[in-house]
Amino acid sequence: MSDEGYDERPGAPGPTGWAALRSAMRPRVTRAQVLAGVLCAALGFAVVVQVRMANDSDLSRLSQDDLVRLLDETSTRAEALQQAAVELERERDDLLSGSDSRQAALDAARRNAAMQGILSGRLPAEGPGVRIALSDPDRQVRPVTMLNMLEELRNAGAEAIQVQDLRVTASSAFTGAPGAIQLDGVTLEPPYVWQVIGDPATIATALEIPGGALAYVRNDGGTGRVDQVEKVSVTALREVPDPQYATLAPPAVP
Amino acid sequence: MIAILGLVIGVLVGLVVQPTVPVELQPYLPIAVVAALDALFGGLRALLDGIFDDRVFLTSFMSNILVAAFIVFLGDQLGVGTQLSTAVVVVLGIRIFSNAASIRRHLFKA
Repeated sequence: MSDEGYDERPGAPGPTGWAALRSAMRPRVTRAQVLAGVLCAALGFAVVVQVRMANDSDLSRLSQDDLVRLLDETSTRAEALQQAAVELERERDDLLSGSDSRQAALDAARRNAAMQGILSGRLPAEGPGVRIALSDPDRQVRPVTMLNMLEELRNAGAEAIQVQDLRVTASSAFTGAPGAIQLDGVTLEPPYVWQVIGDPATIATALEIPGGALAYVRNDGGTGRVDQVEKVSVTALREVPDPQYATLAPPAVP
Repeated sequence: MIAILGLVIGVLVGLVVQPTVPVELQPYLPIAVVAALDALFGGLRALLDGIFDDRVFLTSFMSNILVAAFIVFLGDQLGVGTQLSTAVVVVLGIRIFSNAASIRRHLFKA
């Protein structure tokens, strides 16, 4: 303890503290003053630099062990985050493809439902086709003639058929007697008007062939007229009863 | 007076220049600063004691810095750099406090 510019001389009489301070504060260009000024300048400079550095980077003050631990933690965290990102990406892909296939299934089901609905008469339909008007002045046209007509239309590819305001489907039946023809139990009044959706030319040709459907009508004393129409509207609907005995068969086990 | 002026000038230069400390010197700078502070307080106490000597002040200032830096360097080489730095700071802190107490007695007689 004998440095810092003083010697241990207890009890040494000197100027009082304030006087010494005042004399030191007097600006004098002595060697001691200049030296102290230079050293203090260096100290101030170093203090500022150190303070700035300490604020700049906390990492530089950490020991090697701390740095290694920090690095470990960081890389572990990064790995966890990366794994989470991979999982999330896979989940997103699953969801995307899942919604795609679900959408496709939904579209197919919708198309299927539309097709079945038109075929079974549950849905209205429109499209190109023919309009057939059968007059029966003598009321001699037989139910079997109408059935013949229906068969011919189906053979020609008719997709939706309506007679008067009744939808004709697979289960439809012409019954009754000449002059009082019944379709599915409803008596029809002539003239019988058919609305048929299908290829107009094919249907018209099929009906006109010799010995065909219209020939039958003429044999019964009636007359028939076939108009090919751009747009036929089949608007009559038919209730399809739920099957009473049949149930859906379980899917075959592969 | 010139000392205080020098201190202010040093701070201003540091603020204006904003130097970057070389990586090799970074561990030594904080210890060197504390050692210089110790020397400064010692010099102030010597001044109040009336025994201030510029030669002794310069020597103590420089040797304080060098010894402190050397101790840190040695500690780094031995693998106990952090602990030795702490030890140096503690010792210098105690000396600063004792010098400050001495200065206080001189100025306030208490």
